[in-house]
Amino acid sequence: MTNSINIELNFQHKQSAHCENGVVSNLLRYYGIELSEPMVFGIGSGLFFSHMPFLKVGGIPVTSFRPLPGIIFKRISKRLGIKFEKHKYSKPLKAMDALDTNLRNGIPTGMLVGVYHLTYFPDPYRFHFNAHNIVVYGKKDNNYLISDPIMEDYKTLTYDELLKVRYAKGTFAPKGHMYWAKNIPENIDLESAIIKGIKHTCKDMLTIPIPMFGVKGIRFLSKKVRSYPKKLGAKRAASYTGQIVRAQEEIGTGGAGFRYMYGAFLQEASTILKNDNLKKLSYELSEIGDLWREFAVITGRIVKNRNKADESYNKAADLLLVIADREEEFFKKLKDSIK
Amino acid sequence: MKTTDVPQDDANMMQGVFREPVYSLDKDGNYTTVRSVGWDPKNAVMQEAWDNVNEKIEHTRQDVLAGKLSPIAYYIEKNIMDTGLVAKYMGIWKWRVKKHLKPHNFAKLNNEILEKYAKVFSISKEELIDIDKQNDHQ
Repeated sequence: MTNSINIELNFQHKQSAHCENGVVSNLLRYYGIELSEPMVFGIGSGLFFSHMPFLKVGGIPVTSFRPLPGIIFKRISKRLGIKFEKHKYSKPLKAMDALDTNLRNGIPTGMLVGVYHLTYFPDPYRFHFNAHNIVVYGKKDNNYLISDPIMEDYKTLTYDELLKVRYAKGTFAPKGHMYWAKNIPENIDLESAIIKGIKHTCKDMLTIPIPMFGVKGIRFLSKKVRSYPKKLGAKRAASYTGQIVRAQEEIGTGGAGFRYMYGAFLQEASTILKNDNLKKLSYELSEIGDLWREFAVITGRIVKNRNKADESYNKAADLLLVIADREEEFFKKLKDSIK
Repeated sequence: MKTTDVPQDDANMMQGVFREPVYSLDKDGNYTTVRSVGWDPKNAVMQEAWDNVNEKIEHTRQDVLAGKLSPIAYYIEKNIMDTGLVAKYMGIWKWRVKKHLKPHNFAKLNNEILEKYAKVFSISKEELIDIDKQNDHQ
């Protein structure tokens, strides 16, 4: 173990819905750049949809409302011209030493951790997910000072606790990965970054030529949901459908599969770009979010009655088709509005 | 969704540790966040997932007590792991973990391996050997 240090950086923690957005937003604030969570999310093109029946977690096909972990981060740094230094360490002790060195140099440091062994997490949310982001902004005695974006308050972890979560095993194993801001440009071209972010999202939602992604993916999922009760039986069908809603409403989405969060982004963007269309579209997206919530309500009922045959699957599948149509129309309009 | 419609259905899923920000529209049509303690449909789907996990744990527990599987099988389920993930934490091959699921192979494991398994599952060696000894039943 390294010699003890006593450092607390003046790091302002702000809660966010999604960890990747939150860490970026909080780190940038430390360097004097105020970007809200929805802004980070929108510029980083965080909204997405995919349904991959062959990719299973816990035996259930994966439906996701976001791109792979790390993508938002990558896109935002590229679009804003912010350089991040990134490191992985094969030796845990080295990873902890490197963190201490950073703190001594006054650098708040972001890192990837597994949530299963995260001591301050509520039990129902503790599963083996390894792409959670936190910032360490100090060390007092043997305790690291933690800003976890999804928490309301500051947290602490002991040396051993932090080491454990930094070396969680399995999919997306963090391997001590840590990152920190290296180069922050004087002037940030927010307008062009916003436009690039929007264009990318429209492209992802409308034009990927594989039926599992974007609007096509929603239609594909609708077909699957309709077939679940016959194909899988009442109990498994309920698990499969429940998983969709877990992804849609899980920590980090801000509700309705990120639709509300993206609406908040469009509203902010409309002011910055002086584009009233974006504001109108932000309201439209809130309505689409409400439809996703309706889907969750039907699913909640299916799951509660999971031991009997249920007629609601058709209703859920029909609703997904309505959502797909609405989103297709929406992203076409969005694309046109920034031309 | 309007801020006034953000649900507050508490099913203790967040155990009072935090509330989740939900983006919603205030009365002036501005997006803002409201912290929520939970929502019925979401609580239902989370509960369903945990019911399945707990069912599997209980099922495996019975198999261990009946001598069909070794305690490792039970602790794998209890920690929501699978043999592959345990193998990674143990730093051994997956087929070896699978082998250790058989009670007669488990009985032959040396102290060092047992201690290592216990550490991976955050329990004592005694709890590992006798699953009735573990006290924090979920």
